[in-house]
Amino acid sequence: MTAGVIGISLALPGGLHLLLNNIQTLSGGWDASATISLYMRQDSTEAQVNAVAGQLSSRRDILNTRVISRDQALDEFRRLSGFAEVLETLDDNPLPMVLVVQPTASASSPEAAQALANELGAFPEVDFSQLDLQWLQRFQAITAIAGRMVWVLAALLCLAVLLIVVNTIRLEIQNRRAEIEITQLVGATDAFIRRPFIYIGFWYGLIGGTIGWLLIAVSLLLLEAPVARLTGLYNSGFQLSGMGLQNTAILLGCGVLLGIGGSWIAVGRHLSSGEPT
Amino acid sequence: MISFENVSKRYPGGHEGVSGIDLHVESGEMVFLTGHSGAGKSTMLRLVALLERSTRGQVRVGGRNLSRLSRRLIPYHRREVGMIFQDHRLLHDRTIFDNVAMPLIVAGLSHGEVGRRVRAALDKVGLLQRERDYPVTLSGGEQQRVGIARAVVSRPPVVLADEPTGNLDPELSREIFTLFEQFNQVGVTLLIATHDLDLVKRMNRRTLVLKQGRLVGDNHRDFSPPLARH
Repeated sequence: MTAGVIGISLALPGGLHLLLNNIQTLSGGWDASATISLYMRQDSTEAQVNAVAGQLSSRRDILNTRVISRDQALDEFRRLSGFAEVLETLDDNPLPMVLVVQPTASASSPEAAQALANELGAFPEVDFSQLDLQWLQRFQAITAIAGRMVWVLAALLCLAVLLIVVNTIRLEIQNRRAEIEITQLVGATDAFIRRPFIYIGFWYGLIGGTIGWLLIAVSLLLLEAPVARLTGLYNSGFQLSGMGLQNTAILLGCGVLLGIGGSWIAVGRHLSSGEPT
Repeated sequence: MISFENVSKRYPGGHEGVSGIDLHVESGEMVFLTGHSGAGKSTMLRLVALLERSTRGQVRVGGRNLSRLSRRLIPYHRREVGMIFQDHRLLHDRTIFDNVAMPLIVAGLSHGEVGRRVRAALDKVGLLQRERDYPVTLSGGEQQRVGIARAVVSRPPVVLADEPTGNLDPELSREIFTLFEQFNQVGVTLLIATHDLDLVKRMNRRTLVLKQGRLVGDNHRDFSPPLARH
């Protein structure tokens, strides 16, 4: 019963933390794929654009470049936008050539990428450059808030676990009151009286932590198929990461620590109330 | 061995358990503590066992000043003082062997040593055959003998008994007191609170009389230190 409550209390922040980690891994992937789109002037020729592309490719902070010709852009636009009929009525292709620049990993941080975009935007052949990172930054700010909330939640639930253990051990002490009193009469030290309750607390913590781990593991199993379907739709190689050894150790360690701490508090309170006056 | 210097114990609420007690008990003495209920007999024993601390004056046991003894050292003091209660205070979910073994286990003795000493103590009180039984299967007199075995199993120099024969018939009471005399003969200092005055008279030992928390009588006779010291 107590172990079950401990399990749920630990599973909640543990599971949310894991979820958040997964989301951050996912958005980290997006971060690395930051690209800069250079919209070329309407009057620039294909040769000019290719020259710029060649020039940029040799730069150290740029991984590669890709030229999207006006026809390709029109094709793509026709396919994706659903305005195919409207485009038919135009005499001329209104779309500019686009040079897609992929910065190297080291130049992909939001600040570096923005600086690069500004620099490239100043090229005479470039009409304007665009780095679409703002939504990513907002998203990261939101996940940072969510992360903080998980910590607050974890702190509160850990406190709850501690109180549950204190209360359970207190009841256990009540049940064994006569035994404790007599062992004290025959000269038991505080450590001797505390020891069995510390063991009880340890097992509550360990079993509670294990239940929490199982709850998270089952939830992950249930989520795995839908997530795989979703990432499949987005053509992403993303895989839900599990608890891992470190997180499992932290979860069980928290449970054990809270179990032992709670017993220590409960026994300490009982012992200090029984001092001779 | 046990000394009280102007000792008073006042309980919260103003009730005086004992007041102004001066007493000296030599090592190896066997002393009866008599008086009506509420005269302060139990309070005196509780002060010696450090279940309570005096509000005034000093209690010394074996040279230790109990009012200065830190909380951490109380268990070690209690190991030197065996206690016997009217209601036996046995644990009913444990065998007689386990009940008697408690003081030794608490003191961290080895398994073999515990078994040897527990059997010696049970043999002494005549219950060696019952070591595997549970206390409920014993009569009142037998349960009290288990309590006595537990009090002496760690061979403490001081044994306190609070109305040890309170619920027993005269025949059983005499048996118990005879046991106490045997312990006394090997040098144990005994302080026995009782209101079994006939028996006390017959034992012909030092007898203290308490009245409303004050020591009003001390015959202090027939005391000669035993040759065999503990």
